[in-house]
Amino acid sequence: MVDVFDIYNKMERNNILLSFKGEITSDLLTSILQIMENKMENMQEEPKMKKKVYNVLVECLQNLYHHLDDSSNFTGDTNRSAIFMIGKIDGKYSIFTGNYILNENINGLKARLDEVNSLSKEELKEYYKKVLNNGEMSLKGGGGLGMIDIARKTGEKLEYDFLEIDNKVSFFTLNIKVSQQN
Amino acid sequence: MDKYAIEGTPKTPSISFDLNGGVLEIKGRSIPENSIEFYKPLVDALDKYSSAAKSATTVNVQLEYFNTSSSKCILDVFKKLEGINKGGSAVTIHWHYEEDDEDMLEAGEDYQAIINVPFKMVMVAE
Repeated sequence: MVDVFDIYNKMERNNILLSFKGEITSDLLTSILQIMENKMENMQEEPKMKKKVYNVLVECLQNLYHHLDDSSNFTGDTNRSAIFMIGKIDGKYSIFTGNYILNENINGLKARLDEVNSLSKEELKEYYKKVLNNGEMSLKGGGGLGMIDIARKTGEKLEYDFLEIDNKVSFFTLNIKVSQQN
Repeated sequence: MDKYAIEGTPKTPSISFDLNGGVLEIKGRSIPENSIEFYKPLVDALDKYSSAAKSATTVNVQLEYFNTSSSKCILDVFKKLEGINKGGSAVTIHWHYEEDDEDMLEAGEDYQAIINVPFKMVMVAE
């Protein structure tokens, strides 16, 4: 028997407003965004905060969506499934995402995240413009701007972790904080 | 073709391009997963327009949200406009942002720094 109460309590403790585990589709993203927009409306969130959270949500969710395309060679449990959660504690939003990643892709992703985390606000602005103007447009469209944009808009470091599952795949988790100040 | 227009959706903006009047408007949200596909018809319409551009071209961009996938496509649109401006049609890009939306203002300034076309930052009261 699944311990539903345990899952409930864990979510309650982390003030989770919305969570989802499963396959990330385009329609699902539309729904999640709509739900969160309504929720923030009902919570009478400040427009500025609402916009920031919405923007960051779009990038986080679309990262998941696009990233899962790469995992077509996963089988069984390690498929296109991912987890997404958003919570609010002490006026600060926290967005968590988790998805499988091939071990061979970890170093590249880690290097990009560390690079973004090492930059100041001003440096992020310059880096964004450089990638926007010179960066290659990937077929999926992002071209590596997502993480830079998230770091720029939140003014927070991107917290991440890679949990090794076996010699082929790991589970990648990302935690993005969004607060009013920035 | 003297007018290119599409309706907005929850993920894509409304676009209205009056080729005879030389007025292009992009309004709403631009957060599609595949923005290249969405913006291609507009880029093609601009290509067509560039060979018979009016003496002045007015562009109004009023976006509530746009994702990073769209940001590159918007840059492509602006690069087309840069070419049209060079070709003799006086282009002005009016970049609208809501009063408290510093991120949107900054995004406009980023484009202004990259694209060699006059920009006007237009503040919209909420």
